Amino acid sequence: MTSTRGAIRFLHRGRVRELAAESATRTVLDWLRETEGLTGTKEGCAEGDCGACTVLLGRAEAGAVRYEAVNACIAFLGMLEGRHLVTVEDLAASDGTLTPVQQAMVECHASQCGFCTPGFVMALSALRHASASASARDVEVALQGNLCRCTGYQPIVEAGARMYELTGPPVLPAVEPGELDALEDGATVRVGGFVQPASLDALADILQATPEATIVAGATDVGLWVTKGLRDITPMVHIGRVAALREIDEGPERLRLGAGVSYTQAWPALVRLAPGLDALLARIGGAQVRNAGTIGGNIANGSPIGDMPPPLIALGARLELRSRGEVRELPLEDFFLDYGRQDLAPGEFVTAVTIPRPKPGTHFAVYKISKRRDEDISALCGAFRIDLVDGVVVEARIAFGGMAATPKRAAVAEAAMRGRTWDETVLDAAIAALAMDYAPIDDWRASGAYRSRIAGNLLRRFFAETTEPAMPVRLAHV
Amino acid sequence: MSRTEKIRGGVAEAMAHDSARLHVTGAARYCDDIQAPAGLAHACLGLAEAAHGRIVSLDLAAVKAAPGVLGVLTASDIPGANDISPTGRHDEPVFATGEVLFHGQPLFAVVAETRDAARRAARLAEVEIVPLPAILDLDAARAAGGKLVTAPLTLTLGDVDAAIAAAPRRLAGRMAIGGQDHFYLEGHIALALPGEDGEVAVFSSTQHPSEVQHMVAHVLGLPSNRVTVEVRRMGGAFGGKETQSNLFAAVAALAAVTLDRPVKLRPDRDDDMVATGKRHDMEVDYEVGFDAAGNVLGVEMTFAARCGFSADLSGPVTDRTLFHADNCYHWPAARLTSEPLMTHTVSNTAFRGFGGPQGMLAAERVIEEVAFALGEDPLTIRTRNVYGDAARAVTPYHQRVEDNIAPRLMAALAERADYWARRAALRRANADSAVIKRGLALTPVKFGISFTATHFNQAGALVHVYADGSVRLNHGGTEMGQGLYMKVAQVVAEEFQIDVDRVRITATTTDKVPNTSATAASSGSDLNGMAARNAARAIRDRLTDFAAESHGVARDQVSFLPGRVRVGNAEIAFDELVRQAYMARVQLSATGFYKTPKIHWDRVAGRGRPFYYFSYGAAAAEVAVDTATGEYQVERVDILHDVGRSLNPAIDRGQIEGGFVQGMGWLTTEELWWDDAGRLRTHAPSTYKIPLASDRPRVFNVHLAEDSENREETIYRSKAVGEPPLMLAMSVLHALSDAVASVADYSLCPRLDPPATPERVLAAVDRLREAAR
Ligand SMILES: Cc1cc2nc3c(=O)[nH]c(=O)nc-3n(C[C@H](O)[C@H](O)[C@H](O)COP(=O)(O)OP(=O)(O)OC[C@H]3O[C@@H](n4cnc5c(N)ncnc54)[C@H](O)[C@@H]3O)c2cc1C
Ligand code: FES
Ligand code: FES
Repeated sequence: MTSTRGAIRFLHRGRVRELAAESATRTVLDWLRETEGLTGTKEGCAEGDCGACTVLLGRAEAGAVRYEAVNACIAFLGMLEGRHLVTVEDLAASDGTLTPVQQAMVECHASQCGFCTPGFVMALSALRHASASASARDVEVALQGNLCRCTGYQPIVEAGARMYELTGPPVLPAVEPGELDALEDGATVRVGGFVQPASLDALADILQATPEATIVAGATDVGLWVTKGLRDITPMVHIGRVAALREIDEGPERLRLGAGVSYTQAWPALVRLAPGLDALLARIGGAQVRNAGTIGGNIANGSPIGDMPPPLIALGARLELRSRGEVRELPLEDFFLDYGRQDLAPGEFVTAVTIPRPKPGTHFAVYKISKRRDEDISALCGAFRIDLVDGVVVEARIAFGGMAATPKRAAVAEAAMRGRTWDETVLDAAIAALAMDYAPIDDWRASGAYRSRIAGNLLRRFFAETTEPAMPVRLAHV
Repeated sequence: MSRTEKIRGGVAEAMAHDSARLHVTGAARYCDDIQAPAGLAHACLGLAEAAHGRIVSLDLAAVKAAPGVLGVLTASDIPGANDISPTGRHDEPVFATGEVLFHGQPLFAVVAETRDAARRAARLAEVEIVPLPAILDLDAARAAGGKLVTAPLTLTLGDVDAAIAAAPRRLAGRMAIGGQDHFYLEGHIALALPGEDGEVAVFSSTQHPSEVQHMVAHVLGLPSNRVTVEVRRMGGAFGGKETQSNLFAAVAALAAVTLDRPVKLRPDRDDDMVATGKRHDMEVDYEVGFDAAGNVLGVEMTFAARCGFSADLSGPVTDRTLFHADNCYHWPAARLTSEPLMTHTVSNTAFRGFGGPQGMLAAERVIEEVAFALGEDPLTIRTRNVYGDAARAVTPYHQRVEDNIAPRLMAALAERADYWARRAALRRANADSAVIKRGLALTPVKFGISFTATHFNQAGALVHVYADGSVRLNHGGTEMGQGLYMKVAQVVAEEFQIDVDRVRITATTTDKVPNTSATAASSGSDLNGMAARNAARAIRDRLTDFAAESHGVARDQVSFLPGRVRVGNAEIAFDELVRQAYMARVQLSATGFYKTPKIHWDRVAGRGRPFYYFSYGAAAAEVAVDTATGEYQVERVDILHDVGRSLNPAIDRGQIEGGFVQGMGWLTTEELWWDDAGRLRTHAPSTYKIPLASDRPRVFNVHLAEDSENREETIYRSKAVGEPPLMLAMSVLHALSDAVASVADYSLCPRLDPPATPERVLAAVDRLREAAR
């Protein structure tokens, strides 16, 4: 029997904070601004897209405390449990001396209206704290989750270089891992509709007892249900403290990712499995979203435009689910039943996704098309995988997001390829077959006609990359 | 202060933004950061969910009964006028009554103990609206008879019909230009505090405190002297807080006065985007006559603008479109007409450039068409038609372009950016690259500076010198990030020859400087800098008189040196002189006033000098386009921009870079998408995509034009910089067009309409491939 604690505990401004009387759906941003009077952290959108609300969360990991930028506007207060919260007010030394990041921002004239600035300072502080140097590309990637409407970004990116040349007070008031470890007591936290178990079994029991609960992982989808939809999602069961769900197991045959693994954590292992995923991961949300958001959540959310299902389906991934005592597994594509409907029973939850390692002869690529390159939702996302033996397609798996009501395989196109020599004729047949696989709709991201047209063109790009890899067929940074 | 030879922060020094330290530490306070006064309540607007319809019933019982609700306000609760029309047309109510005119129009407001409670309650309204036919786009507006929200304008120069008819070559076309949301990072907000005897104080995120003051008074039925409006800084504005703040301030003030409690109204980003106006989308029909050498002989253009349900600023916006439909080019004969059409959509408003950008885009399209028709490089045609000597200097509104430096800038930039060599290299590379094609374009900018409504070109300032020698500065301009406060402080520091740190910049408030104009039309430092200088000079003159008199020297024996004043052969620290002056009962406070000289405009005749001067610039952009998907990236941009003699080169550079990227967003990824029901579906950053750091040009060379000074007597001969750089981004659209043109071997004009989303780019590629087949 696990014990229960009626308060959230976390580190903030040099002390342990215990909050007992807070609502589950209160965001970290509202708490900071309204209750704590810490107004340096701004609200620009309340949906995780602008980064004005960026704060840092310290998490004990492998004997160190890792600080990650997250969006306070869609982080629920309970998610601070066991973390160290750092906001823009905590950076400069007590005598007012600016940190190298802050000083660089001033010197580079990187603020105009200044409203976005605290968010940029936090995002850059995370980068500067984590690394001894950074390329312009690293800085860009660290800033994908921050919008600035005034500066045009050039001075901010310059500050991202300048900050490594300056010395000054510590970039952030980091704590020792022991201080965070001391907060972990194994108890299930229960505060105002927020429930946070610390083990897999406790999670399974809670979900069994309250199957109507909303499971929350990184809240990068769920957060908006509250901030925009004003929905009551209590009881809210947060899975972020279940260590077993955060495991990454890189086996010789397969990669197993716990459902609670974030994009940031999974990134290196996924790239080792399939280098083609690198460019996609670099285009999912911004750093804040990748730090909080999980691949399990992306799958469980069941969105037709989620970016991970198409490549994982193409790679032949299997999903692992658990209800109280029972574990089952199914091919990922079978999880998606219809728009908004997944093969998930009440009380059941996703534990892991398992991806087989591609064999020699496997070619794999995933292409994301969106209006803006970074931090945008896909108009469509196409993933292609073929296994070639002597130029013949022995296996073909094509999956698209944004082309149907669910992430969906291109069964007709695959059939047109399977067993055939991978040449222009087969390519043209497969492209023609896509019209039988998909009938995409018009919306604000793209017209159905464009989606259809591009789907074929992406297959053509895949063909070019598999047959003539030297010829550039995509932009340098895509 | 030590006896240095130069003050810190005088004119022309690249000072950091005055609030930079506060920005990076999170200590800069925006309206929402003001410490909550006791009893603060929160308002939320209830928005209509129909584009056009008759309100049959508005049942707010459930709203009133919701937890935490303190009150509900509708039109009938308004003691004054239910009207916030900035033009006096009475076409824009605070709350709709009878008829709903756009999806998202405010119907009521609810006030509750918390913002969350107010938002939840607002959703409980039972509203019955009988739909009426909704005019959502320009075609529908024309089909329904073309009702206008404001009087159109025609500018005529010469006999255009004859010129086009006689031209050896003619062509015509249509260009659609998308709108743009401001996406200021800080959304709209107002905080109202009720005072005694009907007074109300409003903190508002506004570019136009005086108008907010007048609107609040108008809605509350009070004289203006009961209302004070204050704004220290905005988190961005870009024109979106020129008139659009009125609604939020009026509702907050109404709620505060009605409930006798402080009330804050901060709409969610979605509501902000749905309920406030944007840059006008337009359709331009153009016809041009030209000769075989590419000289344009006559141009006719009609600009149909989707204005939305009310006039707002659409009159002056569409006028400015016409004023800029020449960009830098001499049209020997022209007829330019505006068609400000009424639609059942949100009322479009000011946005950086104020209609000018659409006119300039049309001019560039005409040039591009001529170039493709003749198989010439667009830069050749641009250079051929640019304004020139006296014979080629008359604009379609009959003002002469007297300060033209466009040809010089274009030539200098072409050289700096190595335009011709890169152009040749690019074309060769494109021939060898099947999918990825590169494009290059160089486009100029000319932008007229002044409000076209002459009476707005005035400003006031208030300067106090305290007995300790420290200075407090106030003026009518507002700070939205553009660095106005710093520039004006630098002017004052320069006048007194004291370090700028001794000049305290204070929030803009209507009770210090009255009857101010909006901080808009790029005029902020031109107007307020002059007004502040005049105030500072008045005090300096008194100090000079006092010093001369008290030391028994002639006035010309008194001079202000850095930190000190020379009086005859003696030198006195500034602070000491001030102290002595105070003891001698010299008035150390002054107001300053300025009005722009020389300008006049006769709208009926379509003639005059609406602009005091012009600002110029040029940009060269290179892009790479994936012709299989329409995706692209901006590889390199070179800019040469004219700011006259810069008051602050760091701030000016920031305006240029920021304006460019904002303009690039407008022309590329920022797409406003309404559904068939008239609902804006791109109403948040998740769906409306402004540029990110990774969208900025990979190589970005920005230079201020050297040896440029304003020919007119502006403040230290500087030039306005707020708006003009936005239009430098036209180079990106044209570079994309150039890349697209490569697929038909540059034989066809791509007619790429903005926003050039990847989808639009691919459509243009496909169209050209098809046509060239
Ligand atoms: C600014 C922004 C940008 C984004 N960009 C992208 C993008 O580029 N590509 C993309 O695909 N997505 C994007 N998203 C969406 C989102 O980040 C992803 O879907 C994310 O992976 C969701 O994970 P999460 O941990 O945050 O899930 P949550 O929001 O916590 O949960 C999402 C859903 O999954 C359920 N759930 C979570 N974990 C489990 C579990 N273990 N078992 C059962 N159900 C579970 C929840 O109940 C909920 O229904 C973006 C979101 C934001 C805010
Ligand atoms: S407020 Fe925009 S990301 Fe949080
Ligand atoms: S400085 Fe204004 S949004 Fe970045």
